[in-house]
Amino acid sequence: MLSRRTLLGGIGSGTLLAPFGASFALANAPTDRRLVIVILRGALDGLAAVPPYADPEYRRIRGTLALPENDGILDLNGRFGLHPALAPLQALYSVGEMTALHAVATPYRSRSHFDAQDILENGVTGARERKDGWLNRALGLMGGERLGLAVGQSVPLILRGEMPVASWAPPEMPAADIDFLSRLAALYAHDAVLGPALDQGLRAQAMADDALGDPREGQGRMSGERMYGRAPRSQPLSKTAQAVGRLLAARDGARVAVMELGGWDTHANQGALTGQLNNRLRDLGEGLAALKPALGQAWRRTAVAVVTEFGRTVAVNGTNGTDHGTGAAAFLLGGAITGGRVIAHWPGLGAHQLYEGRDLAPTLDLRSVMKALLIDHLGLPAGDVERIVFPGSREAAPLRDTLRV
Amino acid sequence: MTSTAAAIAVSRFGLGPRPGELAAAGRDPVGWLKRQIQISALPLPALSGLPSGAQRMGDFLRARAQRGQPGQEALVRHSFRETFQQEASARLRVQIEGATPFRERLVTFWANHFTVSVQRPPVFGLAGAFEREAIRPHVFGRFADMLLAVVRHPAMLVYLDNGQSIGPNSTVGLRRGRGLNENLARELLELHTLGVEGGYTQSDVRELAKILTGWTMARAEEADAGSFRFVPQIHEPGGKTLLGRRFGHGGESDGREALTLMARHPATARHIATKLARHFIADQPPAAAVDRLARVFLEADGNLAALSEAIVEQPEAWSETLPKIRTPHEFVVAALRATEFNGPGETVLGALRTLGQPSFAAPSPSGWPDTAERWIGPEAVLRRAEWSMALGLRIAAIRSPERLFEETIAPVASRATALAVVRAPSASDAVATLFASPEFQRR
Repeated sequence: MLSRRTLLGGIGSGTLLAPFGASFALANAPTDRRLVIVILRGALDGLAAVPPYADPEYRRIRGTLALPENDGILDLNGRFGLHPALAPLQALYSVGEMTALHAVATPYRSRSHFDAQDILENGVTGARERKDGWLNRALGLMGGERLGLAVGQSVPLILRGEMPVASWAPPEMPAADIDFLSRLAALYAHDAVLGPALDQGLRAQAMADDALGDPREGQGRMSGERMYGRAPRSQPLSKTAQAVGRLLAARDGARVAVMELGGWDTHANQGALTGQLNNRLRDLGEGLAALKPALGQAWRRTAVAVVTEFGRTVAVNGTNGTDHGTGAAAFLLGGAITGGRVIAHWPGLGAHQLYEGRDLAPTLDLRSVMKALLIDHLGLPAGDVERIVFPGSREAAPLRDTLRV
Repeated sequence: MTSTAAAIAVSRFGLGPRPGELAAAGRDPVGWLKRQIQISALPLPALSGLPSGAQRMGDFLRARAQRGQPGQEALVRHSFRETFQQEASARLRVQIEGATPFRERLVTFWANHFTVSVQRPPVFGLAGAFEREAIRPHVFGRFADMLLAVVRHPAMLVYLDNGQSIGPNSTVGLRRGRGLNENLARELLELHTLGVEGGYTQSDVRELAKILTGWTMARAEEADAGSFRFVPQIHEPGGKTLLGRRFGHGGESDGREALTLMARHPATARHIATKLARHFIADQPPAAAVDRLARVFLEADGNLAALSEAIVEQPEAWSETLPKIRTPHEFVVAALRATEFNGPGETVLGALRTLGQPSFAAPSPSGWPDTAERWIGPEAVLRRAEWSMALGLRIAAIRSPERLFEETIAPVASRATALAVVRAPSASDAVATLFASPEFQRR
């Protein structure tokens, strides 16, 4: 069995507060199936991650954010492709272990990050309607202690509830991401003390990253990004994923894990082939791919769902970015899924086809995907999933045929 | 009074609002502060049961006397670290949970004025006791009493070496060929009383050092080892002249009189007034406020309750909204008050280290700096931003960003900051934005 020591090797005492700690009362697991939910907080631009490049409107409406077909988009099925930074996912797709979903959404139709994430996690239709998360309720149906694992310094709503869950945080103090620091720089602009200091700090780091050659950096940089053009210093997802994979692989370890990743709220200078979103996607792709070797034999019985609270506007906004939208992209990965497909009831990008004239129209309820994972993958009774995990979701029927059963 | 005044009261004079505190101070911010001066000190359970400085100093002296016996010193070193952790933790607890934050701010102000630091290892076991025994009882008492308590405390006697200072013409000095250590005498004049421009001379330093010879601690073999003791055998005999005044008696009373003379000196009034104005008004303290505070100091004969009331009454203290940058310690305490942190204080010590202000560890006897340019550098702001993010990740699950905003910086927040908090891409990001905002980084 994996010892806590190997797992947490090299982790000093927390620099923030006490490390939230790895309280692993390892369970005698009632299932050998593994489920990983990856929440991308801040709203991933689905049209950048999974470009519908065959849509006649794509190139026109995406403007500077459209990706070139040659030496750009990685093809999936002749209609949809992947952002080149997600190359590791194309490899999984080609062996039938990745499915891309498009035009998906929760029942939420407004554009607040807080409320949308709340609904993504609480599993009902109203924000702040419940204090527990749907995945915790699902754990209740599974029985067994501490089958859930929260990766991070706190337990996200999706895993909060009656069932106790373990948590594990990567060692370092999380580095502030570039998006956060850029917004902070705007707030500091009129502060004679804080403004210049932050500006210098960011420049110094950009220089250090240049000198050290951060592999996550893109080849070139857009001019507007130059000043703050460093990659986030935070631990790459692949490192976290390695630890999580090993945790889940352990014979009597956790079975359900939630990972969270921020930095997707690309309102300005989003970039196309290079830039901030490219860097985030590369981290994501490499991180997800790292799960497979870490899980080893258990990969065959693993399903990973990558979801975000909503999509982003179809058109480019005034600052070379995208604003809050509706229909989003999502991914399923793992040895347990029927991959190599793109699941999309494509609504189209024509002006009359957009939701409220601006967003990708949602055509697939995310709850349908999640219900399928719980029922077909984890083997939970459909009636209980309907009644307890996702109450009031009858109109979102489980998406059958997504999994190898 | 406006809510801006409430924000100034709780953040500039206090330690940053706990939920509900802005409202409590809002009706009468000046009255809210003055009440903390007038009521007698509340019992602080977090600080009870900790060992006295004399006790711990005794442990240290006994261990040193047994040098050569294996393990003794290591044992004391270990237990001093333990005491340090307990003290630092208890002190943070009082600062984070305390209901009289103006009093607590003054405790830290005076403890910093009379800095002792773990840069001298024995201070690990003594720094907390020093603050509890020499500073805390006198924050609203007389400056002269605080000064006397400070100089007699084993932490200061060790930190600035006076325990080892020996009159060259004393019995012991003549026999062992030992002599003066000026360290404490110089810092008393330069940092603690008259100030570097206070008009004293090198001769005054030397004379004060002579006057203070014999101010040391009972030795290891004595029952009260570590307690303050005047030892005549090491006291420099003969007359001395300090600041133009003749001291002829010899003995302990000379030292007491010298300290009283220094405590009442007009230069001391000015020095203290300047530091207080810098702490509560602006990095460049306005001359008029310094003048008024110096006058109060002299007229009230160093009564610190009167002086504290006078600080609150300075109009300059209420005119600028956010002139001061929070030190790392102030920032962390304010954030943890806002979020009602109730975990063990030990867990905060690492954060203070990371942000550059470890507990009881000022880099020199002049204490931690009190101006923005000494605290804010490129790395410092990045670390503060990172810690804000880390705290956001911890806290967002249990605290609503909107309520946190209302309970902290709402009265002083710019529109840009308010919008940045509301529009942050996640709850944890909103909390991080709030803590990293200029309004929260300042007071």
